[in-house]
Amino acid sequence: MTGVDIRSIDKHFGDTPVLRNVSLNVGEREFMTLVGPSGCGKSTLLRIIAGLESQNGGSIAIGDRTVDGIAPAERDVAMVFQSYALYPHLTVAENIAVPLRMRRLSFAGRLPVVGTAMPGGRALRKEIDRDVRDIAALLDISHLLDRKPGQLSGGQRQRVALGRAMVRRPKAFLMDEPLSNLDAKLRVHMRAEIAQLHRRLDTAFVYVTHDQAEAMTMSDRLAVMMDGEILQVASPDEIYRDPVDIRVAEFIGSPTINILPVDLRGDGAVSLFGHALPLIAETGYAGPARIGLRAEHLYLNETGDADLGGRIVHAENLGSEVLLHLDVAGCQAPIVARIAPERAAGIAVGDDIGLDVALEKALLFAADGQRLTAAPAPNRSLAAHG
Amino acid sequence: MADQAIGGAIATAPTRPRARGGTLRHGAIAGLLVGPATFLIFLLLIGPVIAVIGMSFTDYQLGETTLNFIGLDNYREMIESDVFWKSLANTLIYVAVVVPVSVFLGLGIALLIESCAIGKAFYRAVYFLPVMATLIAMAIVWSVVLNPDFGLLNLALRLFGIDGYNWLNDPGTALMTICGIGVWQALGFNMVLFMAGLGAIPRDLYDAAEIDGAASAFDRFRTVTWPLLGPVTMFVVVITGIRSFQVFDTVHVLTKGGPNKATEVLIYSVYAEGFEFFRSAYAATLVVVFLIFVMALTVIKARVIERRVHYG
Repeated sequence: MTGVDIRSIDKHFGDTPVLRNVSLNVGEREFMTLVGPSGCGKSTLLRIIAGLESQNGGSIAIGDRTVDGIAPAERDVAMVFQSYALYPHLTVAENIAVPLRMRRLSFAGRLPVVGTAMPGGRALRKEIDRDVRDIAALLDISHLLDRKPGQLSGGQRQRVALGRAMVRRPKAFLMDEPLSNLDAKLRVHMRAEIAQLHRRLDTAFVYVTHDQAEAMTMSDRLAVMMDGEILQVASPDEIYRDPVDIRVAEFIGSPTINILPVDLRGDGAVSLFGHALPLIAETGYAGPARIGLRAEHLYLNETGDADLGGRIVHAENLGSEVLLHLDVAGCQAPIVARIAPERAAGIAVGDDIGLDVALEKALLFAADGQRLTAAPAPNRSLAAHG
Repeated sequence: MADQAIGGAIATAPTRPRARGGTLRHGAIAGLLVGPATFLIFLLLIGPVIAVIGMSFTDYQLGETTLNFIGLDNYREMIESDVFWKSLANTLIYVAVVVPVSVFLGLGIALLIESCAIGKAFYRAVYFLPVMATLIAMAIVWSVVLNPDFGLLNLALRLFGIDGYNWLNDPGTALMTICGIGVWQALGFNMVLFMAGLGAIPRDLYDAAEIDGAASAFDRFRTVTWPLLGPVTMFVVVITGIRSFQVFDTVHVLTKGGPNKATEVLIYSVYAEGFEFFRSAYAATLVVVFLIFVMALTVIKARVIERRVHYG
């Protein structure tokens, strides 16, 4: 069984395409994150899954049931909003109870006074009350049940919103940037808490964020979206190590991956600023290309025969590491290298230093951004230092 | 200087005399700053009210130079007067009709206009026109529309084979006709307030309600719209209530309280007693009754709105 199956979804607002042929399969118990810059269509895709927006083409299935044209209420999904969307006039307990009241009580049963007089009304209400208390205990908000949302802090509101989503045990949880209204410290805390919650609930989560740290730390897999398309779906590790597109490489990872212009020859030889790199591209492609180097794959070389050389224009000491920003001739943006603090001890802004490159980790991209496979040349030491 | 005074008071709190001096100076400055506003409030608002209450215990007549204190005689006369009770009953009927009808119609129209894909601004302007128009002038227009012989309303009814009424001269229809014009006039104002209230409801709440299971439009209205419009509704009800108590223009232009006191309302009685019969003191007595009702509404507003309907 699948959690959420998204098949060839198309969506446009007027003439503006928002989603183009998007397909994605979320497992029954999977934590899937849709990540991408704002305007990439990730929230629209989430709203289409929820049924709040209708697609122009394609199909959505939730728990093996096609839900196209079915109202949000009937789709058996729960959603957590960035604004939390709590009902301000209801107490925490009443807020959490809304999905249960809507489902378990008839129209007349929901009316005040009349509702309790309905056959079985009292028992149903008691049952709802018990479920609400269970969820509140789970989320540690039992002491807040009689308060109104206006009296709660951001983190507490977040929990209430989670409680309202969890209380009816839906087939899938949809979360639209649920942490972006929290302060930085609480965000890190809730990150861990939501990941734990997912393990406990054992249900499909579709989580939308523009924050790559959230995407990397919480998900089983992430789908990187850009310009209305999914560029890559993979585990966080694979996305980081093995991006298929230069836009994925640039979006994921902090500091941003260093991109340098290289030239490719038809025989696979790669040259950087006119120097041959000990790298063989496994392609017949020839012409300008780009190479991506992660900050942690650059090493200080003080012997004078370094792969790259440049002047330090900025240094960021983060305690556990130092980020050196290097002006390299021929590159527009500074190259950022991640250096252990003890190694960077004697280095100051304005110094000229050399960097070696872990070429086996280098990522080669064609001019159109597609990833090219490349392998270190067998005679690396000769080419690099000879 | 005020800052220094405050700072001084806090810093030297243990040494009492100086602290008290600072507080006194602080109080004097505060009084000085509030003074002009307080003076104007007394002169323009509270003073006249006290004068009216005072006058209601005298026999003052407009234009006279003397007056005598006559205790509760005016109130006794009022309670014994059939016209007063008729006029109070008519006013209450008017309020009881105009407030709910114009509030619910105003809300309905606001919801309809909000759901319009196009022409929102047009409909909003059309419904708001009566609010902007001078009611006295509009009342004259209504008198033409309601004319039993050549009025538009009766001509239109005749097309459907219905015999029209002599709307304003028949005691059975006159008050309801005045109520109808009152609704027509209040509708646009209420609608605009409701539209502002609707615009302030976050879209997310409707999305959340839909996902929580509010499948029908009525469910969403009950879960989100109606409760979130609570503060606006309370405000609209109180404002419409107070304005309805003040009904005067239409009565003055169209019926002069007739036929046979069928449209006699409180403020029209005040006008007639005060400026047609020159019985200013008796008119003041009627104003006191009017003030009691308006005060009651204001107290309800202060108590209920500010305590129960606001969400922080």
